[in-house]
Amino acid sequence: MNALRQSAPWRGTAWALGKLGLSGRSLVIAIPMLWLGVFFLAPFFVLGRISLAEAIIARPPYTPFFDRAADGSLEIIASFENYRFLLEDALYRNAYLSSIRVALVSTIFALLIGYPIAYYIARAPEPKRSILLLMVILPFWTSFLLRVYAWMGFLRSNGVINNMLISLGIIDTPLRMMQTDFAVYIGIVYTYLPFMILPLYANLTKLDGALLEAASDLGASPMVTFFTVTLPLSLPGIVAGSMLVFIPAIGEYVIPALLGGPDTLMIGRVLWDEFFSSRDWPVASAVAIVMLVLVVAPIMWLQSVQNRREER
Amino acid sequence: MRGWFLPMAVVFGFVFLYAPIISLVVFSFNESRLVTVWGGFSTRWYGELLRDRQILGSAWISLQVAFFSATLATVIGTLGAFVLTRFSTFTGRLLLTGMITAPLVMPEVITGLSLLLLFVSMELTLGWPAGRGLTTIIIAHTTFCAAFVAVIAQSRLRSMDESLEEAARDLGAGPVRVFFDITLPVIAPALVAGWLLAFTLSLDDLVIASFVSGPGASTLPMVIFSKVRLGVSPDVNALATIIIGFVLVAVVIAGWLMRRAMRDMR
Repeated sequence: MNALRQSAPWRGTAWALGKLGLSGRSLVIAIPMLWLGVFFLAPFFVLGRISLAEAIIARPPYTPFFDRAADGSLEIIASFENYRFLLEDALYRNAYLSSIRVALVSTIFALLIGYPIAYYIARAPEPKRSILLLMVILPFWTSFLLRVYAWMGFLRSNGVINNMLISLGIIDTPLRMMQTDFAVYIGIVYTYLPFMILPLYANLTKLDGALLEAASDLGASPMVTFFTVTLPLSLPGIVAGSMLVFIPAIGEYVIPALLGGPDTLMIGRVLWDEFFSSRDWPVASAVAIVMLVLVVAPIMWLQSVQNRREER
Repeated sequence: MRGWFLPMAVVFGFVFLYAPIISLVVFSFNESRLVTVWGGFSTRWYGELLRDRQILGSAWISLQVAFFSATLATVIGTLGAFVLTRFSTFTGRLLLTGMITAPLVMPEVITGLSLLLLFVSMELTLGWPAGRGLTTIIIAHTTFCAAFVAVIAQSRLRSMDESLEEAARDLGAGPVRVFFDITLPVIAPALVAGWLLAFTLSLDDLVIASFVSGPGASTLPMVIFSKVRLGVSPDVNALATIIIGFVLVAVVIAGWLMRRAMRDMR
């Protein structure tokens, strides 16, 4: 390293860059800034621009933003037609609302299933604790798509669950579980359960055992101790875990596409179909912009509020 | 939460987590084409999988994409995290903070669509990238994976003992030397973890890749999805079993290495 830094080309380059007002420091800042600026931030401007265009049959399938007017001057072509269309068609409104509902219900179920597991692991003695924790994380490292696929084999009318229930004599005719909202809830809870358990576990291990002892010494029953001490103290873990389930669930495409029925409306799926099936890029862009404003912006605002509270 | 309720809830939770995976593995050895009816032990679906050129080809594409995007994402994510933790004031700090955390909460359909539209308009105005394929998928995956690497690297950079870096500076080392001789070795384990996470996320992604890929560049999840969409198929079970096997072996090796490292430290 030293030899390199003393070599003539190195020094020459450093001197030249310095002359241009570029220090090593600004170069280091520029790399991530440029990459994310071009490939993360700029796409949103393109998205916004195309959401104001009109779908046409051409390559690319949308009208250009600028056009030559008759007198040769540049003209901007933009219309809010796509947004008006989204407002007027009940399909889109319902899709936004039902995405929020599905994400909310799944988050509650994930919390109900995840909380006892996190609590149990946090209280377990050491070798057992690490093994259980590993067992929670392990499914996450296998393919997400294949885990959703596994439920297709489970929930089908001649799937594992129905075969078992029929052979046990509990039911005669198979239950219809695939292609329902129920299957979508199961898929989301199953996929994102580790994201619920891990923050809860991290929070519950920090819980001071002396507080629980004090409560029971003062005569509180285990139930009362749980609801008046443990649960309120674990609220930050509950919030963090719920966010980690709710956020990806709301824009989910794969789970409703594989497990849901044709009437399972979710906004991620509507956007996908608008783009791949209808080939209407401008409407798909408008759906994305509305989703950004209504869903992503509030989530980011909530998170920044939460971060500021934690820093205090 | 005492007594029978808690253990029951935990057993239920783990059955819920593992039963589908176990049934996936069991039925991959099923002779019958009907995935959920047992027709005797057989490995024929593994044979069919190995003869399936489409799956093997797409697996190779996915591995290439995952390798390059994980590596690029580790470089960009680490630089971003370093800049944010070590340079307290610079123009655009707030912008960079936003750009590095936003991909974490961005729905995949939005990231995918907006990047595709960027690539299309760049091709129209700049002539690059010419068409879509491997390169555009790598760029897309690098961008969203860099955010995950940055989160891991940032927490390690914050928790590390900064007096080590100060000592090196006091002894006359320049900023580049301090980074490569002190900072990088200290945060290396976190970067390995970040690389592995990025590799897995890239290997797993269906939605973003579907938007930004072009003809001739189908990743493994894209091929699996088009198969699975039509219903269950036993060769996908065989593929899943192979992937689960790989993950198990990797986890056992990682655990063994970690235990050995711990023993050496004592």
